[in-house]
Amino acid sequence: MLPLCIHGDLVKLFLLALLATAAVAVASLFVGVSEVSLFALISGESDEKMLMVLAGSRVPRTIALILAGAGMAVAGTIMQMLSRNRFVEPSTAGTVESASLGMLVVLLLAPGLPVMMKMLVASVFALAGTAIFLGILRRVPLRSPVLVPLVGLMLGGVINACTTFFAYRYDLMQAMGAWTSGDFSAVLRGRYEVLWVALALTVAAYVAADRFTVAGMGEDFSRNLGLDYRKVVTLGLVIVSMVTASVVVTAGILPFIGLIVPNLVSMAMGDRLRHTLPWIALSGAALVLVCDTVGRIVNAPYEIPVGSVLGIIGSIFFLGMLFRRRYRAA
Amino acid sequence: MLPEKNRSPILVLLVIAAFAAAAIVAFMTIGARGNWSFVLPFRGTKLLSLVLVGYAIAVSTVLFQTITNNRILTPAIMGFDWLYMLLQTLFVFGLGAAATSAIDARLMFLVEVGAMLVFSLVLYRFLFSGKVRDLHLLLLIGVVFGTLFRSVSGFLQRLIDPNDFVVLQDRLFASFNAVDSDLLLISSVLIGTASLVGLRIFHTFDVMSLGRDTAISLGVDHQRVTLIVLALVTVLVSVSAALVGPVTFFGLLVANLAYILMPTGKHRYVLPAAILLSVICLVGGQTILERVFAFDTALSIVIEFAGGLFFIFYLLRGHAR
Repeated sequence: MLPLCIHGDLVKLFLLALLATAAVAVASLFVGVSEVSLFALISGESDEKMLMVLAGSRVPRTIALILAGAGMAVAGTIMQMLSRNRFVEPSTAGTVESASLGMLVVLLLAPGLPVMMKMLVASVFALAGTAIFLGILRRVPLRSPVLVPLVGLMLGGVINACTTFFAYRYDLMQAMGAWTSGDFSAVLRGRYEVLWVALALTVAAYVAADRFTVAGMGEDFSRNLGLDYRKVVTLGLVIVSMVTASVVVTAGILPFIGLIVPNLVSMAMGDRLRHTLPWIALSGAALVLVCDTVGRIVNAPYEIPVGSVLGIIGSIFFLGMLFRRRYRAA
Repeated sequence: MLPEKNRSPILVLLVIAAFAAAAIVAFMTIGARGNWSFVLPFRGTKLLSLVLVGYAIAVSTVLFQTITNNRILTPAIMGFDWLYMLLQTLFVFGLGAAATSAIDARLMFLVEVGAMLVFSLVLYRFLFSGKVRDLHLLLLIGVVFGTLFRSVSGFLQRLIDPNDFVVLQDRLFASFNAVDSDLLLISSVLIGTASLVGLRIFHTFDVMSLGRDTAISLGVDHQRVTLIVLALVTVLVSVSAALVGPVTFFGLLVANLAYILMPTGKHRYVLPAAILLSVICLVGGQTILERVFAFDTALSIVIEFAGGLFFIFYLLRGHAR
């Protein structure tokens, strides 16, 4: 009876967390330069402009935040499972940098492509970059777990140098700035819909959750259990790179979500993805929502991009993980 | 090339020096049209800044690797440069651009270097106190510290009034092409002073590179020397960051090139070799990019690319001791 009871409590807790996130999401609708008030909406005193701002800008932005946050957190989890390393996520494995190189290539060769095609090209680049990273890990067994993110970060730096070189050469530095700093202020109706792809992939990740859990125990072990390891890795890579690419295309780079959220959830609930993935997605969405809303409030009427806020929180969290490790080892 | 044992360090040094001289001559003369009385001072200032930066980066990297006793940690990879950028942002943020511009640029620079000294000694001393034994962990901590400093200064830059930001941008985004010539004099003085202090403890460097325990048993005050060297490194890094901004991998490249080329690990030979190599790379690289390919500030990007690749290979080959 006991496990069932715990399970019931967890469901209750999850619903509570869902409610809290929904509250933040609703609150985020009313934060911004142009005034949109809940009171006016309810009492029917809202004018046309208010409704337009709400439907055209605020609602799309909140949806985009939720989809991007949930998607990046799940992508980070899958990467940690596949590389079997707690420090790996799309921004510490060269994935985001590759996606942004892809964006630059599209901008140089075929600037007129529809957003969906841009996203696909960026996904292909992200896929290639991540495959290179995982290839390095396979070829060279790295004894020290901290070496893995170090190689990933440096690989990202090298890819980034390529991007900067061409961006500089063709006067695209400013355009590049738009997708290297994660920023949702330009999200309007009609400019974020690619993110629904991220949602579809997040759901796909949940369907395949058990496979990723098993794959996270290592190649030999999962083969013993009859898992087609290669297929699962490919599926994971596709999900990770497409989610990353769709986020980079719409909002830019959101660093460290895939590091913070999965690690916190895993500390609290372990690594059985069937149970933890909903929590991871929800917490990712909540984290990005809160960071973006804070960024809108701190320097009103200007905004601070959510990418900067996440960069600070994420690197402090990363350092915390490293120092904790150090003391545990000592 | 001669087999390693037969190579005389002095001969190698002379060859490198000849290349450096050739690079300098090429930089000063290739493609020069018009009046020499304009060309020479114009290019001379640029040359001076390149040489100063090359010197600062080479010396700071080699000394840093001596006291940390390995060949892969460098001040730039550990986030020193970004710390300097953060401090500069903090100054503009705290005082406002008006106040910052009213203060004499040279005085301001000295204050910044001073602040940098305090911060880096507090922050990095405990990292290098020998408590963190895992080198890779130390590296990753340094890299993430760099990210943190960069994110915080990015955050503050968004908070700064747009007018103030223009002032800050002028100072932050210097490059190999647009060096502030006002800062050259004070930079030379700082580098000169640091070098004099370094010369006074020069005899301890070779012993220091044998490792902490050996150095102590040979009678070197390890803690004191480490502290002095860390201070010197901070000053040198501030100078190079102020002149050209953060360049992550340059020091790593030239220092390791010097270790490879020199048949001996003695600082008497390695330090000058690293300095000359870094002059060759900077001055020669700038000449080639500018005159042959007509690229402008792309030098730092090329360095990042090559350095990043080198770093990955170095890590993977398991050379990181």
